[in-house]
Amino acid sequence: MTEPQPRTGVPAIDVQNLHKYFGDNEVLKGIDFHVDNSDVVCVIGPSGSGKSTLLRCVNRLEEPTSGKIFVEGIEITDPDVDVDKVRTRIGMVFQSFNLFPHLSVMRNLTIAQQRVKKRGKDEAVEVARKNLQKVGLSEKEDAFPAHLSGGQQQRVAIARALSMDPDMMLFDEPTSALDPELVGDVLGVMKDLATEGMTMMVVTHEMGFAREVGDKLVFMDGGVILEEGDPTEVLANPRHERTQSFLSKVL
Amino acid sequence: MAMSPRRRARVIRWVQYAVLVVAVAAFLVFADLATLRDVFFDREVFAEMWPDVIVVALRNTLIYTACGFTFGLLLGLVLALMRLSSVGPYRWLATGFIEFFRGVPALVVFIALGTGVPLAFPGREIPGGTLGIATLALGLVGAAYMAETIRAGIQAVPKGQTEAARSLGMPASRAMRSIVIPQAFRIVLPPLTNELILLTKDSSLVYLLGYTTATLELAAFGREVLNQEKNLTPLVGIAICYLLITVPLSIVVRRMESRAEKAR
Repeated sequence: MTEPQPRTGVPAIDVQNLHKYFGDNEVLKGIDFHVDNSDVVCVIGPSGSGKSTLLRCVNRLEEPTSGKIFVEGIEITDPDVDVDKVRTRIGMVFQSFNLFPHLSVMRNLTIAQQRVKKRGKDEAVEVARKNLQKVGLSEKEDAFPAHLSGGQQQRVAIARALSMDPDMMLFDEPTSALDPELVGDVLGVMKDLATEGMTMMVVTHEMGFAREVGDKLVFMDGGVILEEGDPTEVLANPRHERTQSFLSKVL
Repeated sequence: MAMSPRRRARVIRWVQYAVLVVAVAAFLVFADLATLRDVFFDREVFAEMWPDVIVVALRNTLIYTACGFTFGLLLGLVLALMRLSSVGPYRWLATGFIEFFRGVPALVVFIALGTGVPLAFPGREIPGGTLGIATLALGLVGAAYMAETIRAGIQAVPKGQTEAARSLGMPASRAMRSIVIPQAFRIVLPPLTNELILLTKDSSLVYLLGYTTATLELAAFGREVLNQEKNLTPLVGIAICYLLITVPLSIVVRRMESRAEKAR
């Protein structure tokens, strides 16, 4: 069997009629959704709306119940696909950072490069340094995660994901666990990434970021996409009544 | 008249001190110190035990314990992973093993391996002689306890750690090896050290396997000397040797626990 190769000219992420149940509880009720190359798509919605579950289905941290998901043309919902291989092209950043606490910052960035991408140590360290510089934490390479602030940990987590040279990045509420004064640094790094043309899918409550950086805004509630479109447009003139009530509470 | 809580606490403490003083005084009155010294701390017997108690007995105890613990740790890790496996038969097998060896006295395991195996498999024997059997017996017993400890440690590592590792493209086995297990071992280091202390004492059961002068460990050595002298000094001697091993380990455990407490 020939291994499927990523294709260009197709959406980076293409979700078709996705359903997800947790037990009897239907969390995603038929999602159709796509992210184009180099686009930044922000997903907003009340908690429990299924937005994080949708994001986690894209790299199959959650197993979809039915429906199809294509990443660069490869169907990752196909049981025969090597999901580990596809995941190396999808960087992921978590709300709770999830740095490896027993490893130094440098080792956090190199371990998957060496073990998964089979890079030599020198190359891995070089890539790691480049990405630490990008997130403004070059001086922290020998530190351990516990000695970093939340904002620094999240930037290291972004650098860790970038060190795998992913084609796209998933962000799962990346600033929700941060003290307010640390949010700006993380958003700044994400904005730089967007400017460089990184394809990004961001579950967030940061409406300012969505408006300024996003190419598309998606509003989810009750496991369905209620509204999507240009962020400025959706935020200024929400058409759906539930979008209006949500935005009136958070803005 | 009602006492204030503080006053009452002070009175209770003084009563406790008084009881302690009475107990010590009674001991001094009834005990014949000279006899006690002869029975428990006879210098000549100590001199006779020296230096074999260290170079043979203590050394053998350490070797049996170290081998048994190492084997038990490896087997315990395998059992812990089997207990957490999604494959039913692995889980059942591990659960059965753990329940069996936790429930059966170590003494029975030693006798079964030392006497039972040669009877059940005539002409065959467990390789490695006394050391081999001791390693196997201590390892089997230790593994049953350590497996449950290690399993709890693995489950105590946050799920996000596995998710982060998997999202970087690590297969499940690699995530387990490089990310989860190292953190789990940090969590269970204090209870594992306690297990090492217990195994040190269980290694005294090696005497059930029969012994030669070369395979004497502390307990067997103590009994040997005890048989020659009508005197309990040898027991005191080997007790001191056991404490030389276990007390430093206890201190290490306490240090690790207080450090973990601070890190929280």
